Formats: sequence, structure tokens, C-alpha cells
Amino acid sequence: MSVRPTDTLVQRIGGRFKQALQESSDFRGDLSVVVEPGAVVDLARYLKEDESFDYFLYATAVDWPARNPRFTVVWEVRSLANKTRIRIKTTATMPDPHVPSLTPVWPAANWHERETWDLFGIRFDGHPDLRRILMPETWEGFPLRKDYVSFGEPVIFSDQKLEGLEPDAIRG
Amino acid sequence: MAETETRVTQEAFGPEHEPEAEWMELNMGPQHPSTHGVLRVRLKLDGEIVRDADPDVGYLHTGFEKSFEDKTYTQGITFSDRMDYLAPPINNVGFVMAVEKLIGVEVPARAQAIRVLMMELARIASHELWLGTAGLDLGVYSGFFYAWRDRELVLDLNEAYSGVRMMTSFTRVGGVAWDLPDGWIDQLQRFIDVMPKRIDDFEAMLTSNPIWRQRLEGIGVLSRDEAIETGVTGPMLRASGVDYDVRKAFPYCGYEQYDFQVALARNGDCYDRYRVRVQEMRESLKILQQALDALPGGPWLTNDRKVALPPRAELSKSMEAVIHHFRLVSEGFKGPVGDVYAFVESPRGELGFYLVSDGTNKPYRMKVRPPSFCNLQPLKKMVQGVLVADVIAIMGSMDFILGDVDR
Repeated sequence: MSVRPTDTLVQRIGGRFKQALQESSDFRGDLSVVVEPGAVVDLARYLKEDESFDYFLYATAVDWPARNPRFTVVWEVRSLANKTRIRIKTTATMPDPHVPSLTPVWPAANWHERETWDLFGIRFDGHPDLRRILMPETWEGFPLRKDYVSFGEPVIFSDQKLEGLEPDAIRG
Repeated sequence: MAETETRVTQEAFGPEHEPEAEWMELNMGPQHPSTHGVLRVRLKLDGEIVRDADPDVGYLHTGFEKSFEDKTYTQGITFSDRMDYLAPPINNVGFVMAVEKLIGVEVPARAQAIRVLMMELARIASHELWLGTAGLDLGVYSGFFYAWRDRELVLDLNEAYSGVRMMTSFTRVGGVAWDLPDGWIDQLQRFIDVMPKRIDDFEAMLTSNPIWRQRLEGIGVLSRDEAIETGVTGPMLRASGVDYDVRKAFPYCGYEQYDFQVALARNGDCYDRYRVRVQEMRESLKILQQALDALPGGPWLTNDRKVALPPRAELSKSMEAVIHHFRLVSEGFKGPVGDVYAFVESPRGELGFYLVSDGTNKPYRMKVRPPSFCNLQPLKKMVQGVLVADVIAIMGSMDFILGDVDR
């Protein structure tokens, strides 16, 4: 890895979170760190308070059905002053995937974490208002999981009835 | 909210405070003209004062992020237009920039300049449309027609270049799909010449208009710290005094060559958001003129046959070209394993694409960071304590596109 100004940041994180830091990478100039779920909030507070990562970009997840732990949860933040970005990654395990919420640290994460819950079914512990955001409240299933099939949704036309099912009950 | 003497206040409508149990819950939308799409806001009203608001989004959720996973990188370009349907070229560029960053392709200078031209045109068209519709919400009926007339010029340019007025899908990984057609440059020059006067007309109508100022000044104030904390972006962030524009902070497509100012304001109210957008239109015209004057020649698509189709003339002469053509059309190209984030400045702010690749010819995961979604988040805070009529002004000033919010 070539020497970049951000390398020292990884070294500082490595020194502080020796136990929790599992991996760090610099792919195409994008800096990522993978940490244990338990250390995410501490790392976030450190990044915000000591490294001036003040601007929250997005939160999301990636589903790897064959892996264990199955989900990678991703947050990305920027320092407006230093013009640097860092991606924080952690993992969540089936059957009840959950990770700590970063909304208490960066309030802007609120809707992004709600969206991740909505589409992946990953709970964010400590989130103030974890509800579905894009899908209806009554929706079953989590559309962005890989085992949720696109175009797999049965359709009932108004003149048809499916045995024993109400139109709203067969989604997903 | 800063009250002025002439502003209608709560007293005109009855008692100032009702007990919380008496508050009325009012659904604004999903079908409401001021939401410019389908957005539902649940308002809690104490008389005419808004005490709380809960925006309910998702009515336009189309599942683009899921659809990206089923399509090759080239096919995905057509989805990107349809998210923020008021600035499709900027979405096209953002999407291919993520793919280019992943696979590491060089984009020729002419393609970069064509991208800049199309993006700045889209920015002007989008701000024109915003000016027209946000004005319409507040009763500026004639402005709507002026704005539509001017936006039409951009749509004509889009059509002359790509054959389509809105969903241009003009980018390809490694460049753009076509060179500029004959006469396009003259058409663009006429547009650049006529626009400053048109913006002046608009400003003469609105900027110091007492009704316009009364409806916007001091309304929906977002302080500098609040703007950063709530993650708003684009003109909303700059109206609150944060000097952040992707084109300046992290130049892409050669923006570092052009001389332009980042439009900034200080107060963070609706009026400043209006001023920032008008100023941005003027700056975009400056960029257009510079990009046009310095338009480089040469190819508009990379020569890398692994990602870009060979020129048509080669197909009848070269077997290799036929093979490349067949491979690219039937299965596309593969990216390396990894994840990247690429971002551009859309008229609404930072539009980002987080692309995860597992080494196949399709994105494994494509997360879009939509600026409208981020900008809508502080609505709850911004409308607390204002009058219902001001909610319209505030929502208008945010310039969100529901297709971009819901994806």
C-alpha cells in the first residue's frame, strides 16, 4: 500500500482499537475499516470528536447469503474540513441480525438506518425511531436480501381470487 | 421564525395555544400539489401552528437498487436516469463514474467535456423547473411559464444530442455514446447568449419583490451546524453557509479547469436557497461557455475494447472487433472484486453511488445516496412552530424529487 495522508489515520485507529479492528483496506483510494460490532459506536465517537468526521454520507448493508456472518453493514462519513472519507464496516449474523445504531453520534444516520432495516431486516440497537420507511408498514420480507426474488410476486386481478388468501396477504 | 410587522401571525386565527389533546392531525398529501410527487406529511396542528410533522416517503419506491443487481453495468445506465428524473444526465455520469472507478478506465478529454456540458445544462433545467414550481406554490403564476419556456431550450438540446428529451442515457463506461451532432454547438451558444437576460428578468420579478421576500425571508431557517448535523447537501447546505460543492472540493470530469464560484449564502432560510440556486444558474452558464470554448477534439469513447464497443467501421474488417462486439453486447464486461463510492454534484446536492462488485458482470450491490432523501430528513425540525402556509414555502425551497427520495 502506498503512503497516503490517510494511512496515518488507519494507524491511529489501529492503535486505539487494536482488539476490534479486523481489517483495513484502501481500494481505489476509498478507505475502509472493518471492526467488531461492539466497537462501532466507540469508533464513531472517536472519528467524530477527534478526527473531525462531521458529515454523514450514508448507511447501507450488503447481503452475502453464503457467508457467516451473513451481512456486512456499512456507514460512510466525511470530514468536510480535511476532505477525507472513511467507510466503517461491521457484520451481522442470522437469524436476528442487529448492530449498534450510529444515529446517536450522527443524527443524519436516522433515515439511512431506517432504510437499511426496511430493506435488509437488520435492527439498529439504540435507534430512536426504527420503523419501515420506503415499504408499507405491513410489508412482509426484506426486499434487498438476495433470497427475496425480483418479479416473484404473485398478482391477483380484481376478478380473480386466490384460494384462502386476501390480496394483501400474499406479498413477498 | 422571525416575525415582521406585516406578517400574518397566529393571533389572527384564534387562541395561541391549545392543549396537546386538542391538536389536530392533518394529512398533507400523498396527493398534494405542493409535494411535487407523492409525499405524505402528517402534520400536528395547534390552531394554525405546526407542532410536529412526520414525513412519510416511499410512495414512489421502484426498487431500482434491486433492479441494478439484475442488469449488466451498461444496461444499468438506463435505470440511473429514472431516479432523479429532473437531472438525468447527472445521474448517468454518477453511475458510470462508479463503474469507471471500479474497473479503472480512462475517459477521453472530449467525453469529459461533453459530460460537463450535459450536466450543466441539466443543472440549469432543474433549477428552472424548481423556480417555476416553487414559485407556483406561492402564487407566482407567470414565473411558471417563463421557467417552462427556458427549460424547453435545454430539453431541445437534450433531444438534439441524444434523441430523447429527458431520459438521455448518454454516458457509456469509458466515455459517452455519441459525438455532438452538427449544429449543436451553435444551438448551445444561442442558449448561453439568451439565458443571462432571462435570469435577469426572473430576478427582476422576484428578488426584491416584497411579497416573495415576505413569504421566504426568515422562514425555514437551518443554521450552519444544523445543516451539517442533519446531513443536508447541495444548495440547502450552501444556503446555510457551508462552502461545499463536489465540483470544487473533489473535481471530476475536469471541473478543475473551469473558473466558477460556489454560490453561497449565510442565513439558511428559504430566500437564501432561492438566491443560491439563481446564482448557480449563472455559474453554470459560465462553465458552459468555458467548456464550449475549450472543447477538445479527439475520441469521445475510450479505446479500451474490453469495456467499449469498437467503432462500426471496424466490424466489417476485423474479426477481433466482431468478437469484442459480441462479448460486450451479450454478457458485458466484468469488474474486479471490491467496493467503491463515486459521487457528483447534482442540482440537489451530493449524489453518490456505492458499488459493491463480486467480480461478475453485474453490480452485486448498488446503493444510491440520493440528495433529496438526505435533504428531506430535517423537514420535521424545520416546520415545527411555523404556520401551515409556510410549510408549503419550506417544502418548495427544499427542491426534493420524490423519484430520487424513494428510488
